[in-house]
Amino acid sequence: MRRFMGLAALAAVLACSGANAQQVNVKIGVLSDMSSLYADIGGPGSVAAAKMAIADFTKDHPNVKVEIVSGDHQNKPDIGTQIANQWYDVDKVDMIIDVPNSGVALAVSQVAANKNKVFIVSGAAASDITGPKCNANTIHWTYDTWMLANGTGTAIVKTGGDTWFFLTSDYAFGHALERDTMAAVEKAGGKVLGKVRHPINTNDFSSFLLQAQSSKAKVIGLANAGGDTINSIKQAAEFGIVKGGQSLAGLLVFASDVAALGLPTAQGLILTETWYWDMNDANRAWTKRWQQERQGKWPTMIHAGVYAGITHYLKTAVALKGNLSDGKAVVAQMKSMPTEDQLFGKGTIRPDGRKTHPAYLLEVKKPSDSKYPGDFYNVRATIPADQAFRPLKEGNCPLVSG
Amino acid sequence: MFEIFGIPSTALFGQLLIGLINGSFYALLSLGLAVIFGMLNIINFSHGAQYMMGAFAAYLILQYSGLGYWPALIIAPILVGITGILVERFFLQWLYKLDHLYGLLLTFGLALIFEGVARNYFGSAGLPYTVPESLRGGQNLGFMFLPNYRAWVVAASLVVCFGTWFVIERTRLGAYLRAATENPTLVRAFGINVPRMITLTYGFGVALAAFAGVMAAPIYNVSPQMGAELIIVVFAVVVIGGMGSILGAIITGFGLGVVEGLTKVFFPEASNTVIFVIMAIVLLVRPAGLFGRRA
Amino acid sequence: MERVVDPLAKKPSILHSQSETIGFLIMVLVLVVAPFVTYPLFLMQAMCFALFACAFNLLIGYVGLLSFGHALYFGWASYLSAYSAKAWGFPPELAILTGTATAAICGLVAGSLAIRRQGIYFAMITLALAQMMYFFALQAKFTGGEDGIQAVPRGYLFGIFDLKNVMTMYVVVLIIFILGFAFIYRIIHSPFGEVLKAIRENETRAISLGYKTDRYKLVAFVLSATLAGVAGATKAIVLQLASLTDVNWPMSGEVVLMTLVGGLGTIFGPVVGAFVILVMQFKLAPIGEWVLVIQGAIFVACVLLFRRGIIGEIANKLRIRL
Repeated sequence: MRRFMGLAALAAVLACSGANAQQVNVKIGVLSDMSSLYADIGGPGSVAAAKMAIADFTKDHPNVKVEIVSGDHQNKPDIGTQIANQWYDVDKVDMIIDVPNSGVALAVSQVAANKNKVFIVSGAAASDITGPKCNANTIHWTYDTWMLANGTGTAIVKTGGDTWFFLTSDYAFGHALERDTMAAVEKAGGKVLGKVRHPINTNDFSSFLLQAQSSKAKVIGLANAGGDTINSIKQAAEFGIVKGGQSLAGLLVFASDVAALGLPTAQGLILTETWYWDMNDANRAWTKRWQQERQGKWPTMIHAGVYAGITHYLKTAVALKGNLSDGKAVVAQMKSMPTEDQLFGKGTIRPDGRKTHPAYLLEVKKPSDSKYPGDFYNVRATIPADQAFRPLKEGNCPLVSG
Repeated sequence: MFEIFGIPSTALFGQLLIGLINGSFYALLSLGLAVIFGMLNIINFSHGAQYMMGAFAAYLILQYSGLGYWPALIIAPILVGITGILVERFFLQWLYKLDHLYGLLLTFGLALIFEGVARNYFGSAGLPYTVPESLRGGQNLGFMFLPNYRAWVVAASLVVCFGTWFVIERTRLGAYLRAATENPTLVRAFGINVPRMITLTYGFGVALAAFAGVMAAPIYNVSPQMGAELIIVVFAVVVIGGMGSILGAIITGFGLGVVEGLTKVFFPEASNTVIFVIMAIVLLVRPAGLFGRRA
Repeated sequence: MERVVDPLAKKPSILHSQSETIGFLIMVLVLVVAPFVTYPLFLMQAMCFALFACAFNLLIGYVGLLSFGHALYFGWASYLSAYSAKAWGFPPELAILTGTATAAICGLVAGSLAIRRQGIYFAMITLALAQMMYFFALQAKFTGGEDGIQAVPRGYLFGIFDLKNVMTMYVVVLIIFILGFAFIYRIIHSPFGEVLKAIRENETRAISLGYKTDRYKLVAFVLSATLAGVAGATKAIVLQLASLTDVNWPMSGEVVLMTLVGGLGTIFGPVVGAFVILVMQFKLAPIGEWVLVIQGAIFVACVLLFRRGIIGEIANKLRIRL
């Protein structure tokens, strides 16, 4: 495939004497969780977003031909590694994208480095991907734990929520989220009154919520994810926590979680995301198209990240005239070109692989304020791109000198 | 206000009460399992999935007919109970003569199917379901805020649990059931339709799971994996209580809820392992469980 | 006094020896040729799982003990193998040995607790112990929690053979698999194995004949755990990672499924079952949404209709031993 492309490019250059653009062939793999916990925040929705990105790009660039494959890693690093290996080695995939689930993402990142191909993470959260575990073949789009912690923490303290109590999931992810948010809160002048750790996949939070209630902290930070977050929020409503004057800060919450909770339960929840479907007309139009493939669902920032990531990758492929055999070179090119797409606007990719863009502090609307289905959020604040993500020097990424 | 091991007594009593509330869920769920195992000698690994189906049925009933929580409490268990009857007729009845580990494997497979189908149609994030109007709000008891709904859960569980125990241990119908488990041939000779009783008993056990599901829907996340997360803990409860004993399941359910609640106060990170530790100890010391019959 | 002939001592019949030997030769031939037609990394992973399933089958198929928490040994061996290779810089052969030793110790502890009870209680204890070790793995620092242990180096076997080379790694895994398989075969077709089968058929009778059944069961349990550990430790080097998936209870369920599909109590069943299930997982990856349902349906179908499993059915039809 590679040789053919090279020959084709050469022939094209010789034949057309630079007047026409030559044929660029690309193969992209969307690796996601199609069937289990993250199927809603990534999953088939990511495949739909990918197809849209390809369609939009090839409309303007008819010389580019893109083939797409998709796979289900089922949240198992073994399967993710196996698929990534097979795709890069046998199926000649040039770039893999998405992968919600940090464990799988770290594994695939290794494979991409080993095979010198490209990996764009849209779905996973671990800020280590652009930190100690960074490499020259991986780009981290959409979001990460540092951004979530810092965005939510700092912004809430600035708006008056200066005493905090943490409800933390007792494993590495929860600890990292708690640690980063605590740092942000204290840096912004707030105080942490206490914390409690709960086991992952806990059903019943009443005893933890009781402790949060009695701490009298203004803000209860939920350093957990998925079902745990939903259960905490649901039961907080039951115990009248928000009615009693305390507010909930969801440190990792997606639009699909809000839909699962329903507005009566989730109202008042504060969270940070980097993309919301209802923020402007471009997003709304995009969402309408996306929903033709995914009826009844709402796109998350992860889906938007897949779209934007592929768009930028294809631009890079054209700039490199289809020569995609050296993953490191491709990623270097991606970092050198500023990004621009209809969803995230203008942005850049830093040397450590971190894509930067603004983040938004969102608050879940009261049911009475919600005018139509999907009208979930009020935008409380915008965090500019250069403040939203961890400073380059603090990441301990080996690619960043000094 | 005084302190016990550094925890203020008000917090302690609050946690004890919450433990009791959680215990009532465990009791309700392990009751269905105990009934099925005690009467049928089947280890119903799909109990968690059937609990999930109860919650989903409540959601669907609300979506399609507008009927809310109270009608769903009756309708959902009946609907899911009927699926249980179908399962028994089409799948389980062929396995009675075999080692009861095959029943475990079959119901495990069924649980995967139910969960997979639910996930495909409803996604994994969960579905919204709220506490019914009449039960919203709560009472300020001084040492804690008790949501009305939780009080209702305890009351309902106690009623259902002891009602079931009474029917099985103290009525004639229950006597027939217990006799049929011990000696089906003899009971049939008396003209009692044993296969039908077995089918209906399985259906009843499943309906109990679904009932617990409907009660859980307003406070726990209604998702396809809600049962899978709970089922292993419930198994531990049943094993500790004694796999044939109805009373054992009920009392152990409440008791373990309290133990778990206390662990959450003193040593929260261990609160999901404490039940397994207890199970391992009980199994070594009293293999048939605290109240169980001979293994 | 007449010497009572031990009814358990009998010569293996020529017939079943032959079919099993032929089966073994076919299997080796297929595995030698396969990497030239199929993706070697996939085959290596399949062999690891096949060994895992064979180890599990030793307990359920030949002793009659259903261990519902076998992922404990597989997963923890995988963790220790990965950690020792990465953090302590062990060469691959030492890393695998470390993992195996871990599994053996876990097997000894768990086995001595679980063996005291039978049937469903035995299964429940193994499940409880596996769950406890899962939660321990979740919180322990060295396991990397949700992320797992990544970037495990393949290293140089005995300091000479570069395992980054796919074919070299493949040969190593193939040898490990065949040795493990042969070891299980030897256990089954030995006087020790005959006692195990007697225990499965009728434990009371075996006790009355003077056999200390608990000791036999414990040894079988530890052997099974150790071999599962070999599989897990090798897998960590092959895929260069160890994660929570390996210790979680769905993994225990999967190995049951593999053995059931392939054929409980047959020697080749688990191997075939492992390959079938893994192929399914990858072929279905593009339409991933139905994976869970299909796995469940296979469980149900196997229990109701194909209780003997693939190899079992073939063996039954041809009236040979497989």
